[in-house]
Amino acid sequence: MNRFASLFAALDQSTRTTDKVAALVAYFYEADPEDRLWTVALFSGRRPRRAVTTTELRNWAADAARLPLWLVEESYPVVGDLAETIALILPPPDTRSERSLSEWMAFLQDLSGQPESVRKSAILDAWAQLDTSQRFLFNKLVTGGFRVGVSQKLMTRALAQATGRSEAELAHRLMGDWSPDTTSWEALIEADDAGADASRPYPFCLAYPLEGDPGDLGPPQEWRAEWKWDGIRGQLILREGLHFVWSRGEELMTDRFPELARSVDFLPPGTVIDGEILAWDGGAPLPFAALQRRIGRRNVPKKLLTEAPVILLAYDLLEWQGKDLRALPFSERRGLLDRLLHNLPPEAPVRPSPLVAFQGWQELATLRADARNRRAEGLMLKRAGSPYHAGRRKGDWWKWKLDPHTVDAVMIYAQAGHGRRATLYTDFTFAVWDGDALVPFAKAYSGLTDAEFREITTWVRANTLQRFGPVRQVRPELVFEIAFEGIQQSPRHKSGIALRFPRMLRWRRDKPAAEANRLEDLKRLLDATKS
Amino acid sequence: MARRPVLEFTDRGIHCPAGGFHVDPWRPVDRAVITHGHADHARSGHARYLATAGSAPILRQRLGDIVLDTLRYGETRQIGDARVSFHPAGHVPGSAQIRVEVAGEVWVVSGDYKLQADGLSEPFEPVRCHAFVTESTFGLPVFRWPDPAQVAQELNGWWRDSIASGRTPVLGAYALGKAQRVLSMLDPGIGPILTHGAIETSTEVLRRQGCRLPQTFAVMPDAQPRPDPGALVIAPPAALGSAWMRRFGPVSTGFASGWMMLRGIRRRRAMDRGFVLSDHADWPGLNLAIGETGAEKIFVTHGYTDIFAQWLRSRGIDADVVTTEYAGDEAQQE
Ligand SMILES: [Zn+2]
Ligand SMILES: [Zn+2]
Repeated sequence: MNRFASLFAALDQSTRTTDKVAALVAYFYEADPEDRLWTVALFSGRRPRRAVTTTELRNWAADAARLPLWLVEESYPVVGDLAETIALILPPPDTRSERSLSEWMAFLQDLSGQPESVRKSAILDAWAQLDTSQRFLFNKLVTGGFRVGVSQKLMTRALAQATGRSEAELAHRLMGDWSPDTTSWEALIEADDAGADASRPYPFCLAYPLEGDPGDLGPPQEWRAEWKWDGIRGQLILREGLHFVWSRGEELMTDRFPELARSVDFLPPGTVIDGEILAWDGGAPLPFAALQRRIGRRNVPKKLLTEAPVILLAYDLLEWQGKDLRALPFSERRGLLDRLLHNLPPEAPVRPSPLVAFQGWQELATLRADARNRRAEGLMLKRAGSPYHAGRRKGDWWKWKLDPHTVDAVMIYAQAGHGRRATLYTDFTFAVWDGDALVPFAKAYSGLTDAEFREITTWVRANTLQRFGPVRQVRPELVFEIAFEGIQQSPRHKSGIALRFPRMLRWRRDKPAAEANRLEDLKRLLDATKS
Repeated sequence: MARRPVLEFTDRGIHCPAGGFHVDPWRPVDRAVITHGHADHARSGHARYLATAGSAPILRQRLGDIVLDTLRYGETRQIGDARVSFHPAGHVPGSAQIRVEVAGEVWVVSGDYKLQADGLSEPFEPVRCHAFVTESTFGLPVFRWPDPAQVAQELNGWWRDSIASGRTPVLGAYALGKAQRVLSMLDPGIGPILTHGAIETSTEVLRRQGCRLPQTFAVMPDAQPRPDPGALVIAPPAALGSAWMRRFGPVSTGFASGWMMLRGIRRRRAMDRGFVLSDHADWPGLNLAIGETGAEKIFVTHGYTDIFAQWLRSRGIDADVVTTEYAGDEAQQE
């Protein structure tokens, strides 16, 4: 664990990307293959099964530190992280452990399913031989919430430098359904038949938001446009008579969308399609709310299958006849895709997402203004000659979204943030007027500068009306402009509405609370989007 | 008839009715008895001041021409019906706890204190008392200071690494106390030590009263754009990230504070390095100090007051929270 702890310290201490990559490269050179494999697994979001609940962990830590549980609970919001809180309150270790990362992982896996007394004494024993920084990592591994501020992209870059393989190849190798129990460093990174896994998806090509004017992108004929749908980005893989559906978050979603199983009846094996999963009414997408009912459901009831059936609107063809097409220009891939899909019967669960034809940028801007009526979020712009990149790369793909809706709202509750923001009030609940009353309708925690959060934190401390645990009810005085992407009906909320992606656009110091928006305004917006 | 307590907590500060004075008052009073020179404890505008001889130079430097009387540690002064004396608090050079005795009843106001010896401040001295007014800046069990020798190693290691990577290390530290403590931990063999004007001023005052500190070079406002490549710079927290820093070219920033114990705060300050170094008592320190006073009654002031008082009560100690307007040094930096 020592070497892994020093890697973590190096990553945690450096604010510069080059330093982080250098630390990772050094680690990949030095560490044992088992440790390297676990490190790659952890940094790519693969977590071991949880052997201990956080409640157990708190209780055991309080016991070990001889502190009342309430004091541990009170310390947690100050630290902002449970693993760290526990690492800090425990008495200093009495021995030192030489166990490696992979040995600790095996230790944790063995705990799973054991009776509480066995797990407790094992964890207490582990704590007694780890120093504070090692304990922190150990607790992170136990609770499974391991985030280190190293993106998968950064890790892949370091892996590329350490192994001499290309980033794109490594990104591809790291995708899919593997864990350190099912593979080895050799098989995952170095073996030649790494593509053998039939379910393995390609890394998604991601777009940056277009901030400026599309005119700056050059001649329009070098570009293709398509609608940016408000669904779930997915990859449909047809290989060896099987089908797999992956989300952009590398989650296997095959069972959640049984409609897509029929794609094997219409498309040959050796086909991989990038597209958007949407709830579909036969001719057009249903509102996102319909799809939302399907998200998170592993078993879909029949009723829901008829009320919110899904299809895949295809954007791109990544593999055809078993061959990786990603290096081909977009226009060629798109041509193949259209040929593949254009004659399919209406019951096929895959359709091409239409290209939006345009002559000039001005014309395209006019078309974009109509996106909301088509239930799209805006347009995607793709360079006709561009390959399908692995990950986010500036220059070839842009998302050109509609400007968000906004509403001016009054802050009524504030809560401290987590981690980096544990000492600041950053999570706010907002309300609009309904008659003389303020009804909460949205929560937001992003969009302001740290300086603004600091100022608001001071204000919150001085203007608290009531405290409910970590939440403070504040004087309803501050007004913020809240931006959001969509609005929908929600019986679960007091206001009867729910917003998609709400965030603070700016602090309206110029507006008194009385001039904030009213619930009627939001209802009007809701009606407008429904029709 | 019920006697008035030895000390009362008023909206001007901690008041001694028997002696007619206030301890570290935050609004103007006739007679102020001062624990130490930090801005939130020693404010301007009082008619008369009483402090330790060791605090006097910094008080004069900060507050200007004040009417100031001084006592040595342990020396007693009768003020009205109260006997007042100062006892080392170990917080910064010259800092004191204030012992007030009225008709045999002893109350002690801790001011800010730490138990760790720092080699500069007079070491903390426990004082037996009936009631103890304690700070609680770091009154949570997550605060447990590392060995200062280890922190010194980290500091000097960072200095060397920064030079090796072509960066100037710039360390943020509170101007009075922390900056000089850092100075005393640095290895002047590595290179020259440059200081921001605000730090040089306090350092000079402490040097003149006998603190042995390595040589420093003040960075003048119009100094040359790139100093000696092997130098380390000490600056007050507010100067970090300001235009003032541009003259040093590529920098590595560090910050020395007890708050650097917490990863979230370290990351939020966006410093390259955090060094856990505090002039306040940590959790074991607070508990040890309170135990050693033998006090039957504890008043908890600035810091995690509610939680710390509740903890003391859960241990069978009679403890209450007192609201004060101290928000200083390390507390303020967060
Ligand atoms: Zn102080
Ligand atoms: Zn203080």
